[in-house]
Amino acid sequence: MKTMGEVAIGDSATIVKLHGDGALRRHLMDLGLIKGTQFRVVKVAPLGDPIQISVRGYELSIRKEEAAIVEVQ
Amino acid sequence: MADTELRVALAGNPNCGKTTLFNLITGQNGYVGNWPGVTVEKKQARLTSDKNVIVTDLPGIYSLSPYSPEERVSRDYLMSGEPDVVIQLLDATNLERNLYLALQVIECGLPVVVALNMADLVEKNGDKIDTAALSRRLGCPVVMVSALKNQGIDKLFAEVKKAASQKGKVAEHAFDSAIEGVLEKIEALLPASVPAEKRRYFAVKLFERDADAQKSINLTKDAATSVEALIAQCESDCDDDAESIITGERYAVIAHIMDECVKKAPVRMSTSEKIDRIVTNRILGLPIFILIMWAVYSIATSADAFGTAGTDWVNDNLFGEGFELFGMAFPSIPGAIEGWLVSIGASDLVQSLVLDGIVAGVGAVLGFIPQMFVLFVLLSFLEDCGYMARVAFVMDRVFRRFGLSGKSFIPMLVATGCGVPGVLATKTIENEKDRRMTVMTTTFIPCGAKLPIIALLMGALVGDAEASWISPLFYFLGVIAVIVSGIMLKKTRLFAGRPTPFVMELPSYHFPSIRSWALHVWERVSAYIKKAFTIIFASTVVVWFLTNFGVFEGGFGFLPAMEGIPEEFTDYSALAMFGSMIAPIFAPLGFDSWQATAMSITGLVAKENVVATASSLLHIADGTETDPNLWAAFAGMFPTVGAIAAFGAFNLLCAPCFAAMGTIRAQMNSAKWTAIAIGYECGFAWVVGLMINQFYLAATGVFSFWTIVAVACAAAMLFQLFRPMPRYAWTDEHDTAVAATA
Repeated sequence: MKTMGEVAIGDSATIVKLHGDGALRRHLMDLGLIKGTQFRVVKVAPLGDPIQISVRGYELSIRKEEAAIVEVQ
Repeated sequence: MADTELRVALAGNPNCGKTTLFNLITGQNGYVGNWPGVTVEKKQARLTSDKNVIVTDLPGIYSLSPYSPEERVSRDYLMSGEPDVVIQLLDATNLERNLYLALQVIECGLPVVVALNMADLVEKNGDKIDTAALSRRLGCPVVMVSALKNQGIDKLFAEVKKAASQKGKVAEHAFDSAIEGVLEKIEALLPASVPAEKRRYFAVKLFERDADAQKSINLTKDAATSVEALIAQCESDCDDDAESIITGERYAVIAHIMDECVKKAPVRMSTSEKIDRIVTNRILGLPIFILIMWAVYSIATSADAFGTAGTDWVNDNLFGEGFELFGMAFPSIPGAIEGWLVSIGASDLVQSLVLDGIVAGVGAVLGFIPQMFVLFVLLSFLEDCGYMARVAFVMDRVFRRFGLSGKSFIPMLVATGCGVPGVLATKTIENEKDRRMTVMTTTFIPCGAKLPIIALLMGALVGDAEASWISPLFYFLGVIAVIVSGIMLKKTRLFAGRPTPFVMELPSYHFPSIRSWALHVWERVSAYIKKAFTIIFASTVVVWFLTNFGVFEGGFGFLPAMEGIPEEFTDYSALAMFGSMIAPIFAPLGFDSWQATAMSITGLVAKENVVATASSLLHIADGTETDPNLWAAFAGMFPTVGAIAAFGAFNLLCAPCFAAMGTIRAQMNSAKWTAIAIGYECGFAWVVGLMINQFYLAATGVFSFWTIVAVACAAAMLFQLFRPMPRYAWTDEHDTAVAATA
């Protein structure tokens, strides 16, 4: 299983599934990260975490740890 | 006239320009408080152009899910029956995600007017939004506005008033037909008491297994079983869970709307992206951040810059020796007031109260305003233009290590000016636990008013108030206190929980409107000025009373006017008695003289008072923090260097001042949490002071019972710092909810 945190910088990917449950999963869905959504990993912060992704026309910062619940392809 | 009043709720995503719009239409003269029971800010004000319209600003949210306090207060308010109309503000440059909240708000069954903000920017990009089509699809009026340029506001409220006369419509049922079929069946199972326009909302919420909605609807057991069966069937048909199904359906509806209503120009690299390529660059990101912060503080504090020049001018002239302007000599404010008091024949007592008490006290506070003003102008700009979100992005890795997120950094930067706006700045932190912890720890950072204390300490310790290597040590002490507290508190039951997610939108860079920027600065500076004229005003009178009244030769009264009293009358003052009573508390910290205790007490009232209290209690006339005579007298109060350091640590770390405590109270919105915050700050300061003094004594070969206590405290702190996260920490609200239903 490949997760959002593992996508190389500059690459795009598509969301397959959101794992886990509760507030974080719902919050990510509310922000538009759902099955079939395309996104691009724009960059990683100077200290190696979090990452910045571009999705649905806006920029989002997300920690690698949280990005790990997002399965992508 | 209550029946003609119109209640309007203002809803929208974070960063959609909601605050700018709210300030614009209400002139920002309204009620600012908290929503009941939570630390979420509630703003309510009447429309400037029509006093019968009351606007309630809902928190900036992305959804109406039941998971965050912001979202919960918003939906509770929308369903409460109080608002007549909702203005749903959308950032037109980010329409897709903004529509997600709009669909949910429309579902609530209230009349909604959609305001498209920043539509001018969209057109500049070459995109086109068909508002008529959008209005048709959403089933509510759509108005283009620009909160920044004050455009379209009249039209917006014309629509709001029109909408108010209509009842809320039932939202369009646009989901996939299979899902609509299930929702229809759930609607049919709802009790008859649920009004028509709200049935859709509750059907969707029940489908999502929303615990709050389940509670408020309270289905019969049979109906609940049928609903659950319907959901389970649908979930297995779609091979997905209910929440995902609904979210997916909403975004599918939005995709249709976007296709129909928006014509997108080919995507180019935006200016914002170009800036970000450099500013949050992997290599350049940190150096740029350090450079910007260095620039901000140099401008605000460097001797040549306006900030300090202004502060010094105010302190030296307005409140010092008077000044000359255009060749005319003006007396200083105290000078002028003294002259006036003498001319009207005021007694010594009144003169002393006004000059030594009120003017000196309030003046000490007001003297900080210019410097603070410059600092807040710069920090507010960085915040409003979008850079602070990048700071949070860059710094998050550091802050996460001790249980906070990058967002906690912003209040701490503001707190270097004044703790009051620093505590206020915590309201941008979304997570309640993080917000509370930041409120508790942010005032450990030395504020402007603590700098004279630091200078005095430096003078007493090394004989040089300007010693540039010591001042950073105290900031370092503050930062260490924040880190240590963060790690320790995170492992207590109060703050235990999964690490807070840090999912944050990085808004596009933009030049803030001068108006909202100015308002932001004013909000912060005025918080400080208000403190000067309320709490400091009252407290200086009390401190003046305590220092000037007392018992001498068996009689209580105004000491300076007493027969035969020595010059050094403060030794007989009420403050001396009070200080002596409390002094034993500080004995283990090495400063049990009543003067040092009294200084700490006045410091708790306001840190601005400490140096002035020292000069008056130690009988050094007009002693300032740069006066070697005061250093010597100050150092003379303490038995050892360790005790001076302990005094410094206690005064810099304990609860900052009455004004900040009041702000903490307002921000926490709970007496219990206020007590926890202030108790923790003072307790932590005392323990740190104890350890410094006792370890210093131990190093010089002096041991006592308190040495053992200090070692025990240090051991307890080390244990809390390094023990693994306790088990209960991993049970979050969700798990407990699951456990409770099981």
